Amino acid sequence: MNLKRLLIIPLLLLILPAFAQEKVVIGSVTDSANNKPLGGVTVTATGTNVATATLNNGTFKLNVPANATTLTISSIGYGTQQASIGNGTVNVSLAGTAGSLNEVVVIGYGTTKKKDLTGSVATVNEKDFQKGTITTPEQLIAGKVAGVQVISNGGAPGAGSIIRIRGGASLNASNDPLIVIDGIPLSGNGISGVANQLAMINPNDIETFTILKDAASTAIYGSRASNGVILITTKKGRKGATRINFVTNFSIGTIAKKLDVLTGDEMRSYVNNNPDATAEDKALLGTASTDWQNEIFQTAITSDNTISVTGAAANIPYRVSLGYLTQQGILKTGKLQRGSLSIGLTPMLFDNHLRVDINVKGTYTQSDFANQGAIGSAISFDPTQSVYNSKGGYFEWIQSNGTFNPNAPANPVGLLNQYHNTGKTSRSIGNIQLDYKLHFLPDLHFNLNLGYDIAEGHGDFSTDDSARQSPASIAKDSTHAPYSGTKGQYKQTVNNVVGEFYLNYLKDINSINGNINAVAGYGYYDNKTTSYNFPSYFLDNDSLPGSTPINKTDIQQNTLISFYGRLIYTQSGKYIFAGSIRTDGSSRFAKGNRWGVFPSGAFTWRVNQESFLKNSKTVSDLKLRLSYGVTGQQDGLGNYSYIPFYFQSQNSSQYQLGNTFYYVYTPVAYAADIKWEQTEAYNIGIDVGFLKNRITASVDAYYRKTKDLLNTFNIPLGTNFSNRITDNVGNMTTKGVELQLNATPVMNKTFRWDFSYNIAYNKREITKLTANTDTSFVGNSTGPSVDFLGDQIQINSVGYAPYSFYAYKQIYGKNGSPIEGLYADLNRDGVINQKDLYHYKSPFAPVTMGFTNTVAYKNWSLNMVLRANIGNYMFNQVASNSGNVRAIIDPNHVIHNVPQSAFEASFQLPQVQSDYYLTNASFLKMDNIGLSYDAGKIFNNKANLIVGANCQNVFVITKYDGLDPEIYGGVDNNIYPRPRTYTLSVNLNF
Amino acid sequence: MNKLFKLSMICTAVISTLFTACTKDLDRLPNNGLFADNVYTNAAGYKSALAKVYSTLALTGSNGPGSTDLSGIDAGLSDFFRMFWNLQELTSDEGICAWINDPGIYDLDISQWTASNALVGGLYNRSLYSVTVANSFLKESAPDVVAGRGITGADAEEIKHYAAEARFLRAYQYWVLMDLYGNPPFVTENDPIGSFVPPRISRTDLFDYIESQLKNIEPDLVAPQQNEYGRADQAADWALLARMYLNAEVYTGTAHYSDALTYSKKVLDAGYQLKPTFREIFYADNNVNNTEVIFPINYDAANTQSYGGTTFLVNSSINGDMDPASFGVPTGGWGGNRAKPTLPNLFADQSGSTDSRALFYGTKKEVDKVDEFTDGLRVTKFRNINSDGTVPADAGTFCSIDFPLFRLAEMNLIYAESFLRNGGGDKTTALQYFNALRERAYGNTTGDVSDIVLDDMLNERGKELCWEGSRRTDLIRFGKYTGSSYLWQWKGGVKDGTGIDSHFNLFPIPSTDLVANPNLIQNPGY
Repeated sequence: MNLKRLLIIPLLLLILPAFAQEKVVIGSVTDSANNKPLGGVTVTATGTNVATATLNNGTFKLNVPANATTLTISSIGYGTQQASIGNGTVNVSLAGTAGSLNEVVVIGYGTTKKKDLTGSVATVNEKDFQKGTITTPEQLIAGKVAGVQVISNGGAPGAGSIIRIRGGASLNASNDPLIVIDGIPLSGNGISGVANQLAMINPNDIETFTILKDAASTAIYGSRASNGVILITTKKGRKGATRINFVTNFSIGTIAKKLDVLTGDEMRSYVNNNPDATAEDKALLGTASTDWQNEIFQTAITSDNTISVTGAAANIPYRVSLGYLTQQGILKTGKLQRGSLSIGLTPMLFDNHLRVDINVKGTYTQSDFANQGAIGSAISFDPTQSVYNSKGGYFEWIQSNGTFNPNAPANPVGLLNQYHNTGKTSRSIGNIQLDYKLHFLPDLHFNLNLGYDIAEGHGDFSTDDSARQSPASIAKDSTHAPYSGTKGQYKQTVNNVVGEFYLNYLKDINSINGNINAVAGYGYYDNKTTSYNFPSYFLDNDSLPGSTPINKTDIQQNTLISFYGRLIYTQSGKYIFAGSIRTDGSSRFAKGNRWGVFPSGAFTWRVNQESFLKNSKTVSDLKLRLSYGVTGQQDGLGNYSYIPFYFQSQNSSQYQLGNTFYYVYTPVAYAADIKWEQTEAYNIGIDVGFLKNRITASVDAYYRKTKDLLNTFNIPLGTNFSNRITDNVGNMTTKGVELQLNATPVMNKTFRWDFSYNIAYNKREITKLTANTDTSFVGNSTGPSVDFLGDQIQINSVGYAPYSFYAYKQIYGKNGSPIEGLYADLNRDGVINQKDLYHYKSPFAPVTMGFTNTVAYKNWSLNMVLRANIGNYMFNQVASNSGNVRAIIDPNHVIHNVPQSAFEASFQLPQVQSDYYLTNASFLKMDNIGLSYDAGKIFNNKANLIVGANCQNVFVITKYDGLDPEIYGGVDNNIYPRPRTYTLSVNLNF
Repeated sequence: MNKLFKLSMICTAVISTLFTACTKDLDRLPNNGLFADNVYTNAAGYKSALAKVYSTLALTGSNGPGSTDLSGIDAGLSDFFRMFWNLQELTSDEGICAWINDPGIYDLDISQWTASNALVGGLYNRSLYSVTVANSFLKESAPDVVAGRGITGADAEEIKHYAAEARFLRAYQYWVLMDLYGNPPFVTENDPIGSFVPPRISRTDLFDYIESQLKNIEPDLVAPQQNEYGRADQAADWALLARMYLNAEVYTGTAHYSDALTYSKKVLDAGYQLKPTFREIFYADNNVNNTEVIFPINYDAANTQSYGGTTFLVNSSINGDMDPASFGVPTGGWGGNRAKPTLPNLFADQSGSTDSRALFYGTKKEVDKVDEFTDGLRVTKFRNINSDGTVPADAGTFCSIDFPLFRLAEMNLIYAESFLRNGGGDKTTALQYFNALRERAYGNTTGDVSDIVLDDMLNERGKELCWEGSRRTDLIRFGKYTGSSYLWQWKGGVKDGTGIDSHFNLFPIPSTDLVANPNLIQNPGY
């Protein structure tokens, strides 16, 4: 389908101006809570597309058709109100925001009013976003929604986050929710040269997040919906006076916590007084006292600026925004620069029968990636050594023959400064959506949505000559051997295409007091990522022997085709019945298993519409929701895993027969009958509002059962080209309860206090893992490796949560310290072996909470966000690897540093399987505290100014003694520290 | 409503057009993938697929040394020969490894492994992976399949050789499984890929199967020394038969010493010569002027890289203080394996100046600490240098030494031992073969003996074949592996050694496969 051609037609039509008789309406809009003027409120002549937006002083001026009688005044978060035009001056006071039931909520393929929602849906609007220096969009909603966890992958510039809605429904397939930006589902594929795919969106362009949590609301997205759906709506243009908004944030990030390791003097004292230390060991000590963490971390400066212009040109509402971000990492040498452009056009054509929505977003990112290996190295590098040696080079451990000791860590500062990696990525996401209301049948809409997501990322990396981190497995020549710098490059392109067409039929059937909202549609989604392969080079541009790639490109492509339908029937405004069905065909499965069918059904009873509550002054809303649905899962699965094929080996994996080296043809393991993972979900929810919704609460309880889990398991050997394959074996259940509470305890003309609190309980349990039931089967080891050899500390076992820890039970001596190598003989067979390993806790918090407070007094506003996880456990790998005294004096003639906590246990050798290192990592974090002041009019009333100051990552209360208790997956292995960030912000509106 | 009906008809038409137009897009294929019909188009394609079967001995995966065909084990550890060596040598009186925190290593050091030992499981997985790859090749090279692809004449004849070689490689892996695990699952080219539960085969039945396979393929294999370097020929076939017959009593309870003698003699008469200088057998250029090696695993520092094989043998046996560059690995030296005192003690003079097979480094023979690399003499048998003293191109960490999986000297020893075990032959010939090895080692006849008894055989094998991965099998044949009649340091977990139970003569069936395959039965004692 030719996108360009489609774009031209509506643009041409838009130029046609409309001449008609008009009259002028002026007025102002205020917040009924405090009588403060409201800016950005849309004012429309009812029944027309004539509209404007209020200025920051709340005023507006609108030329309306002579026959117009009422205005529709609406604003996100403030609901909608009708006002009579009367004598041409309209002053409106919009109702409080605590729970506006007429608010329009985006759902899959359409919108609905909040009061009519049948599923478990949460929205977070701009005013509720997390504040401060937030450079990736998902962080805006951290802690804001019950059952939605946003866990950043550490503090690197632009680092993404893990998002989990109700914990995720899968084991080995993806647990990431589907993210849809302005109707374009993202593929979930990353792109090289950028840390995370959402980092390509300027958070300042986002208006609303809508989170679909239960199967009834997500099932319309079928196969990609098991883990929930996040709909992101960006800011749109609107008619009226041209408005300019300028936001700038300036921030400094500092390291919030350093690991407490031995100082230079402590190290000298320890080694010199150690009876096991030989004279040779003592001679290794240096005379310096270096705090290696100070050497690698810095105070990082960030500047984030966005300017946006909203208005209408040639009767076309538009919004254009330009953003520029430059962010230093707190790890030296790391930096992110991002320029972004977003254009939105929303014309209405053909007498308002054709609504056009055009969005184009473009981003250019340049990332300097620091070598994060320096973080671990800074913990373990000998503090008695200085950064530089006497010759001005970096101090490194040297062997007796003068070469680098390969068993020693590299100088952390050298790791940073002798490594160079810059990625440059361009990306554009865009779509055009045409919604055509039939002239002869206005109840029927045709909706066509064509979109793309294209990106190109490339980068170069190199290490310096003679650097410790440049060991060439193949030396260049005798003059360079054996530590020759090398360089390489990477490049990827992404070409994702979306095409959707649906019919929407909306009809009030007044004879029976019913309403029908029906949708039927088709979707086509094609995701293609091309990776380019390059040789590696020495710094003088000679290529590394054997590094010329066999294949110039690797293409990963998958396609999904869908048909879907939904019917919502509302009876008497009280009883809402909804049903949907979607069938998806995925290129990831063989023909016989390709199509999956995903139905859902829901019922909602708006109890407050019943006569016994309708006039209640206390209860302003009461709604009961029931839903059931089936969703599918195929993401996170190989694109070609059902296909038997061979691939040709790389240069270094040839085999010699005679005098010739042959590229070998390797058959890949395949699962011919792999199919959809299916999740059935039940949800029951109650929404309640009191006192005109100044207090609202929602409670949801759910039960979810996933069958045919895509699980990687050991196959009977000899039956495939590996020992493990991923296939549909296993079941899992999830149970949970969520509470979301919003209230405005105080609301008067000068003072307002809003708070929102959410708490979620989530329990996942694996109920089946093997094809044949075998009670002796303990489970599949899983999780990251906790030592350099790939040992794992986690296991998936029937009857336990996914990724449960699996360790030996440490025995402690009388003085309370653990006894090395002594574990409980749990099965009492007289031997301590792997049969004594036991399941101990899970890394996933059963209870999560979020708490937001906003206190406004006159022009001041104080905002804080707290988050807590309760019952999550962590394996402290930093401690287990280095937390033993043997780790200090290495027989390989190296002195290593260790955390002070190593001496609490006084282990001689690493105890990687001891539960001693498994600790409760429950925490309470203050994510954010900020104060802002609305200075009101400046520049002769031409502009409005808001200034703010903010601190992020304010404090953490936890018993966990590692760096940070919040690490997704529960294994702490030198996470990039999350900085504490202080931000000053200026928000100017013209 | 009529309009609505018409409209829905139109829509139905549009949708069904879209459906047929787009569902073909659901057939997505990997751009670098090759399908059986692209691979097996001609003899050259078959050869690249055959190279894969061979490469399962040398490579852990096909995407460089960091890749592996197996999961659940570190790629570098998952090499066939590295794991085979660990099981055969660390559990014997020869080797001990300092990496006691590596998966599985310490249990092997002290002969106390279980069914979940990572290396016990790893080798089993690797061998059965090789069997599966060979089966798949054999399925594609069945005569009717070859003919069905229109391949005839000389190409078809060549593929017949390939198929015989794949059968040999599969028989070798089944020999490994029989020797170490006894009663493994049994799969052939007649079994499907995918949902299938292989039957268990008993050690005796497996012996018969391997024997019949090796005899069946003999006519289809190329005559000794007539094949390309690195490919199996009839001598390799005989050498494996000779080795298997020598140990037949252990495998089946029935001795086959006369067969062992017969097949070793066939190899001895096939034209191979002992290489004049002992240590050059283990040099980087051992593929040129090769007279002794019957069947090697081929490695190359640039083109055939893994962290196993001879790269492992060289690097694990030295550390940075031993001048890695002089071993041809300037960036190497991992400091892990060294000898238990029982190995150097086989030699009266451990300097190497009398018997050139005494290739040791270091001064401390005693292993006081298992994890102290300098406790125990280092074995310097393998060096990644050329016989002219130069270091091969591309020297870094990887080695170009080919590993002699079968070499002539073993046949000398099998002949002599089979004679001593009443397998026939004559004493003069036995002594001649025995002394031939000593003459090469001593450089003259001063080491010659005039009489040999059975116990001499175990010692001589220790001197000649140490560090080559045969020690466990030999000790079991001599009844010295388990029990307390023969002890070595750290056997059973104490420094001076203690007896271990006889069930350790067989490794356990790994617990992972016991769960996955209900047809399997655990070996006794585990």
